[in-house]
Amino acid sequence: MNDTIHATAAELAARIASGEQSAEEVTRAHLDRIAAVDEQVHAFLAVDGERALSQARAVDAKRASGEPLTALAGVPVAVKDLFCYQGLPTTAASRMLENWVPPYNSTVVDRLLASDLVILGKTNLDEFAMGSSTETSAFGPTRNPWDLGRIPGGSGGGSAAALAAFEAPLAVGTDTGGSIRQPASVTGTVGVKPTYGGVSRYGVIAMASSLDQPGPCARTVLDAALLHQVMAGHDPADSTSIDAPVPDVVTAARRAEVKGLRIGVVTELGGEGYAPGVEARFAEAVELLSSLGAEIVEVSCPNFVHALAAYYLIMPAEVSSNLARYDGMRYGLRVGDDGVASTEQVMRASRAAGFGDEVKRRIIIGTYALSAGYYDAYYGSAQKVRTLIRADFEAAFEHCDVLVSPATPTTAFRFGERMTDPLAMYKSDLCTIPANLAGNAAASVPIGLADEDGLPVGLQIMAPTLADDRCYLVGAAVEAGLADRWGGPLLDRIPALEETPR
Amino acid sequence: MNALDELMDYDEVMAAYDVVIGLEVHVELDTKSKMWCGCSTDFGGAPNSHTCPVCLGLPGSLPVVNRTAVESAIRIGLSLGCRIAEWCRFARKNYFYPDMTKNYQISQYDEPLCFDGEVAIVVDGQSYAIPIERVHMEEDAGKTSHVGGAGRIQGADYSLLDYNRAGVPLMEIVTKPVLGTGEEGPAVAREYMAHLRELMRALGVSQARMERGNMRCDANISLMPKGSSELGTRTETKNINSLRSVEAALRYEIRRQGAVLAGGGRVVQETRMWHEEGYTTAGRSKETAEDYRYFPEPDLVPVAPSREWVAQLRTTLPEPPSERRIRLQADWGFTDLEMRDVNGNEGAIDLIEQTVSAGASPATARKWWLTELARRANEAGVGLDEVGMGPAQVADLQRLVDDGTLTDKLARQVIDGVLAGEGEPADVVTARGLAVVSDEGALAEAVDVAIAANPAVAQKVRDGKVQAAGALIGAVMKAMKGQADAARVRELVLEKLS
Amino acid sequence: MALTAQDVARLADLARIELSEEELARLAPQLDVILTAVASVAEVAEQDVAPTSHPVRLENVYRTDELKPSWPAETMLAGAPAVEDDHFRVPRILDEEA
Repeated sequence: MNDTIHATAAELAARIASGEQSAEEVTRAHLDRIAAVDEQVHAFLAVDGERALSQARAVDAKRASGEPLTALAGVPVAVKDLFCYQGLPTTAASRMLENWVPPYNSTVVDRLLASDLVILGKTNLDEFAMGSSTETSAFGPTRNPWDLGRIPGGSGGGSAAALAAFEAPLAVGTDTGGSIRQPASVTGTVGVKPTYGGVSRYGVIAMASSLDQPGPCARTVLDAALLHQVMAGHDPADSTSIDAPVPDVVTAARRAEVKGLRIGVVTELGGEGYAPGVEARFAEAVELLSSLGAEIVEVSCPNFVHALAAYYLIMPAEVSSNLARYDGMRYGLRVGDDGVASTEQVMRASRAAGFGDEVKRRIIIGTYALSAGYYDAYYGSAQKVRTLIRADFEAAFEHCDVLVSPATPTTAFRFGERMTDPLAMYKSDLCTIPANLAGNAAASVPIGLADEDGLPVGLQIMAPTLADDRCYLVGAAVEAGLADRWGGPLLDRIPALEETPR
Repeated sequence: MNALDELMDYDEVMAAYDVVIGLEVHVELDTKSKMWCGCSTDFGGAPNSHTCPVCLGLPGSLPVVNRTAVESAIRIGLSLGCRIAEWCRFARKNYFYPDMTKNYQISQYDEPLCFDGEVAIVVDGQSYAIPIERVHMEEDAGKTSHVGGAGRIQGADYSLLDYNRAGVPLMEIVTKPVLGTGEEGPAVAREYMAHLRELMRALGVSQARMERGNMRCDANISLMPKGSSELGTRTETKNINSLRSVEAALRYEIRRQGAVLAGGGRVVQETRMWHEEGYTTAGRSKETAEDYRYFPEPDLVPVAPSREWVAQLRTTLPEPPSERRIRLQADWGFTDLEMRDVNGNEGAIDLIEQTVSAGASPATARKWWLTELARRANEAGVGLDEVGMGPAQVADLQRLVDDGTLTDKLARQVIDGVLAGEGEPADVVTARGLAVVSDEGALAEAVDVAIAANPAVAQKVRDGKVQAAGALIGAVMKAMKGQADAARVRELVLEKLS
Repeated sequence: MALTAQDVARLADLARIELSEEELARLAPQLDVILTAVASVAEVAEQDVAPTSHPVRLENVYRTDELKPSWPAETMLAGAPAVEDDHFRVPRILDEEA
């Protein structure tokens, strides 16, 4: 059923609820699609077919018995392999955890299951979520369905690619420096980083604790909102989790109205280093918003120029500490235990073998940034930058309701293009990082293809803390406006993937 | 005694140097659950049976602060005269060791919850002010056991980890450098530890038994030449497992450091291990100090106790132990020496107080606890409160002596019976037939028998040599198996021979 | 402020990662470039600004001191590379941790 895999999550939910389609059929269609194309795309590290089908059947049984179904009951979802999910390894795309099966579920996974979504499997990512291209995965890269010779973004390239390849209508990711938004941008999909503390981090393998935030990924803004609603909310198991009602993101996505809204264009997020196609689509998106009744203002956030530097100090510092537990003593890879080697030696060997280059780089930088004599200059200063960036946002939001920028300076680059130049790779995160540092909500929605390469461009929408709904409000308006102009969603234009014969 | 260390005479050291002492004490809290998770803090569970993803540090796990631990920290801080922070954070102390599941310890660094306190410690009537630097919250690590190499870390083949203790709440109490204690330094340190122990028990936050490891002491000491104001190099001594050892370890280090300095050498800044045999040895010497790379714990939000909360907790504080001792000494009418005896026995003051409440006189309560029961506790290697007999039973025992059922000597046999699990004192008296025979007829008969059996001695008494009666009394007591009132026997003997 | 291979070796020690000579030589210049780029944050250090450690403005988040069931030891030991007598078995530890 081709129709099934191209449907939105909202549509599938409606069909399942009405009985037009069974949840089992829907899941089966997606499993078939994965089998047909994932060899090329490699979005998935693990496909959990049997369990997914049994989850789907349980939904069908509920429906048959007349039980009311939840909003997304029976809708398949792909989960970034950073979320603990019992019964399958959770690998973080690393050799260190290649065979580690968690004994517990992350809160997000529990919520997906409690809302009767069907978990298709675990998606690929940059190792331990460190990267902007999914090239550092220990298990091979994921390919951008728009062009299989190009990266799908990172670290959550697997989730984004799964959506763009129609392998799943929904996906769950994490965003620390742009890992949901940048892949969304380069794959023509929707990705949202909720306000920090909006979604529980319990059971999500930690990268940088004060920056990590799980979030929804989908092909449409409404779908993302529906998933956001399921994932978000207070969790007593996460001390940094906000104890407040989830902002009404679904209503906002449905309203899709920007008349009278003040939209700030961030001066610092554009210009040199930004691809012409990206700037062109961005300008058009801004003009569209204006034509829809929004007021456009130019806003300067002067400290944003320090954001990348601050991020690449704070994040590695927290990484160096969060990844210390991977030492081969209690779980994960243990190497070199020959009965003679000491604990020290085995730890060192296991970590050397278990971690890839990027992970090692970041651990070393982080160790340096925190070390005696360097703390003030590096980590300490970076935390001050953080205060300034938050102040920039607060000042900006006095003059506007949301801020907009391109989601990333370029379109999807080719494999290998930035692997030898870490700084070049880090620049993919220029636009997304400020919102991670300050903690406020931000989303990326597709706004077209760049003229020079025909590859997707994303619009980043940033809202004040706890005003996640504004991202959906503006995002949905842009989506609808553009769909009008194009005669359909952007993903209608994605080149069809050749299905591998069974 | 460690043959390797030269030791200077203590008094000689004290004549030439001023001692500067610093004490770092860790107290394990008696909360029901661990610091960051709901696992039990109970002692002695099967290995790794009190663990969960959080205290095991599994990928994705997150800590959540135990409110009672914070309360206990505040109450401890208030009891030590500390100021309570209006806002503070936890911090990560990063280092690798297999007993730490995350390879960092969640602790507090430059923002302790409590700081700038002071405690008065009295030794031999002299009061010493112990300045408190800080009280902060942190977590305990797991327990390592070593296999091969006779169970010690050196020469072991491998090690086994039990994480039941990982995540148990710990309070760290640090003094500022303590000066001016003179030759009483080690005794002051010991009394400070005793004070902390009493305080923890009075607050109800910890059993604080050093032998069990629920209170641990690292003792820092350095020598400063008299007249100088430049602090000497200090050593840190660990593995101190009793109040007595606190004093002994410090005395040893003073003597050792004195000898080093007298020999023209320099004291090495190092961590030393105390050995119960009576000496310290150098621990691992590290070329570079460990860099802990402290930074604020991002998984936990700041602790900002409201002034109202602190004020409310202040009302829950018990009577300060030092004040309590003074009050009880007055109530009980003990001399300073007698009270010192009481204070020198861990837990004695509580037991005596409870025994008095149960009806015994303070003097008799003190007598039983500090003589018979203390002896037996020492023999069994247990604390006074674990000896096997409680305050109510001691009071019952004393009542039996008071009403003439038992003599002191018989009472001791009753104690044997109670400790052997034969039941309450009255039960033991019945079961073992230990009651003093008060039947005058039986007594008179026994006296007659003794007189008849010892005619020469009896004649001496008749002739006026009253002291000779002793042998007859002894014979009667022996025949009665001690179950007679010796004074009454004497009366009867003299009556019959007058 | 150049980061040498020796500096990297010392950091790798602190981080308990065994790095080969080749890796040390390769990583040092890469790290140096990154550190030079991020050093610009020190310009901000002069400003009288309080550092932000937490993006979310929360305080006093606690749990009640109550027992929750622990996990079976078996389950907690399930992922362990080596187990003996319900303990995690680790290689010999060289030194007492001070």
